[in-house]
Amino acid sequence: MALLQIAEPGQSAAPHQHKLAAGIDLGTTNSLVATVRSGEAKTLLNKEGMDMLPSIVRYTSDSVIVGNAAKLAAVDDAENTILSVKRLMGKGYSETLALNDKVPYQLVDQQGLVAINTVQGVKNPVEISAEILATLANTASETLGGELNGVVITVPAYFDDSQRQATKDAAKLAGLNVLRLLNEPTAAALAYGLDSGQEGVIAVYDLGGGTFDISILRLRRGVFEVLSTGGNSALGGDDFDHAIVNHLQQLTGHSSLSHQAMRQYLTLARDIKEQLTDSDSLSFILPGSDKSATLTRSEVEQLMAPLVKKTIRACRQVLRDASLTTADIVKVVMVGGSTRVPLVRSEVAEFFATEPLTSIDPDKVVAIGAAIQANVLVGNKADTDTLLLDVIPLSLGLETMGGLTEKIIPRNTVIPVARAQEFTTFKDGQTAMALHVVQGERELVDDCRSLARFELRGIPPMSAGGAHIRVTFQVDADGLLSVTAQEKSTGVQANIQVKPSYGLSDDQVATMLKNSMQYARQDMQLRLLREQQVEAERVLEAVSQALKADAALLGPTELAAIRAALANLATVKQSEDTAAIKAAIEHTNTLTDDFAARRMDQSIRTALTGHNVDEV
Amino acid sequence: MNYFQLFNLPATFELDLTELGSRYLQLQRRFHPDQHSAGSERDRLLAVQQTANINDAYYSLKQPLLRAEHLLALRGLKISHEQRSFTDPVFLMQQMELREQLAEISQSADPDAIINSIERELQQQKNQLLQQLANALETKSAEQDQLAADLIRKLKFFFKLQSELELIEQQLQD
Repeated sequence: MALLQIAEPGQSAAPHQHKLAAGIDLGTTNSLVATVRSGEAKTLLNKEGMDMLPSIVRYTSDSVIVGNAAKLAAVDDAENTILSVKRLMGKGYSETLALNDKVPYQLVDQQGLVAINTVQGVKNPVEISAEILATLANTASETLGGELNGVVITVPAYFDDSQRQATKDAAKLAGLNVLRLLNEPTAAALAYGLDSGQEGVIAVYDLGGGTFDISILRLRRGVFEVLSTGGNSALGGDDFDHAIVNHLQQLTGHSSLSHQAMRQYLTLARDIKEQLTDSDSLSFILPGSDKSATLTRSEVEQLMAPLVKKTIRACRQVLRDASLTTADIVKVVMVGGSTRVPLVRSEVAEFFATEPLTSIDPDKVVAIGAAIQANVLVGNKADTDTLLLDVIPLSLGLETMGGLTEKIIPRNTVIPVARAQEFTTFKDGQTAMALHVVQGERELVDDCRSLARFELRGIPPMSAGGAHIRVTFQVDADGLLSVTAQEKSTGVQANIQVKPSYGLSDDQVATMLKNSMQYARQDMQLRLLREQQVEAERVLEAVSQALKADAALLGPTELAAIRAALANLATVKQSEDTAAIKAAIEHTNTLTDDFAARRMDQSIRTALTGHNVDEV
Repeated sequence: MNYFQLFNLPATFELDLTELGSRYLQLQRRFHPDQHSAGSERDRLLAVQQTANINDAYYSLKQPLLRAEHLLALRGLKISHEQRSFTDPVFLMQQMELREQLAEISQSADPDAIINSIERELQQQKNQLLQQLANALETKSAEQDQLAADLIRKLKFFFKLQSELELIEQQLQD
């Protein structure tokens, strides 16, 4: 069998070779990286011996500093030290105007997107997050002694399409292979569920520094099924701090604070919040004065109460969405540092009428879950029984006449999902059409989040109403949307131009990659070559496996053609010609498209035939 | 696409939902993109499309109205995207009355009691229609299929009223 010789020794991964994978919790306040070693998922320590990396990036004129060292400069170099960048991910400049007097750095408009003016020039949230990701990946490679094959990065379940895409772009910029974006509550459930063997319906209450998520999941026999999810991607412990600062400002009568004073006040607020977790009252000196003041826990709780109420309202909504009541919930899992606040715990306990679980460190549980899934996805754990079924957090819709939205995919639909919608032309000879895709629950387009505008071109000219364009919206397992369109009678594939409302275009990401300090021109080309080689290996491996199993589905001519294509691909792969490798991959794919479809059909039949046999 | 065939289940309205659920999970285990993360780009794309199909099929068979619509579509009667007005004066009158009751809830002294009584009424009517629908679909004649289509149209009104009632209830709670 010539086929078996395709994987040359040392070129393709041996089946039992352990691949390096990590789970990354890219948090608003802190970030962590974890991995599975000897069957156990653990967070990894950096050079300073810490597993929590403050999500803080400082730009100096000639360097980029991430983590604790950056935190130390948060007050003195406030303009160049960026905290909580996660809040800015996937946001437009106009959406962040309200933050302008809350943050000490200068927000600027970068082609509609928000960015920050630093001593190193304008940096956007994707670039800043990439620095954090690169630092974490570095910790992992150093600990594991090799480059990572892939990572799972967690995002709040309530992140919309632009925020997810921005996270993925950041990973790309950091040079990471993203196996999956995983929702934080799902990751927590995975860590928790596998740890305890719990079955039944659980609620995951995740209050981080800047985001709030509540998810209802059903756990049974290795299946983690998200029933509904909700939350607020702009509500978290940071808001508790700001509420305390506002109160302190009222005490002092300082209506506006300098950037440095604001950072000092925020630090004080955080201290107050943490101290009052254990004690009932606290005296302190107000920054920039010699005045002292005292706050009691109940006073601070009054300041936080409206925010906590908001989270409880969201809890009620997700239960309704899942058609369940609090009586159906067997356990409540607490995730995120802000769930240490006693008021949060007591309100959650009261609402769900059960004492919430805090047995796994709420700061680490997400990273641990991500590491478990990364280990599975990279291929280290064959025959795993775990299956994660997640949902889309916010409805996807289209703008229709009069600025109204028409929902195409309702929230809490299981992903991946594809829904098609038909449109017709309303003018004779019309060859183009514009679509506006939005995300959100409100009826008016203006109240939803604009995701992208699509222009369909190349519609064959026909009389009005003659052309039927079928537009398919597909959301993948990461929760990311893609759109395709086809004219039905002629089968003409309409050309789609995407203008993301709050995202970077592919070209912009490519340019950022090129410009980034980490990739000199040579590196860039080497990287593209490496990417194609890896893909070539995957194709060779996949097709060889398929032939081994199902060569019987092919005629002799087809089989010979595919074998020839594989042999060619194996040779071309050794070259350094990126374009030639790409062409050989595409050739192999075209030749095996039918084969893949036939295997898929057969696979569906056998999956269920086996089922019937089991039953009988 | 025949969703019943996908799950290898008989094309009937009275479907064993537990069985449907377990077959759904079986297909998911085989095709979910997470099972193909090491595959080639094309294979990963296929996995996404296939899983999307499976999800869609499951969603459609799980819910009685969509399941009935799919059954009729398989018999050549498509009603899912029809634009047609409904002309059954007695039925429309009944709908209007129910709608008026909904509108009055917020002004009433005891909204919970009214909500409960409307909910009971809706549930009862819905169950009756669903039973009739099951019978009509069982017969498999062109005439009964038309009757089934009419019942589906009526049921849609009730499902809509029910979600509106839920919305009112939510607003009162919040």
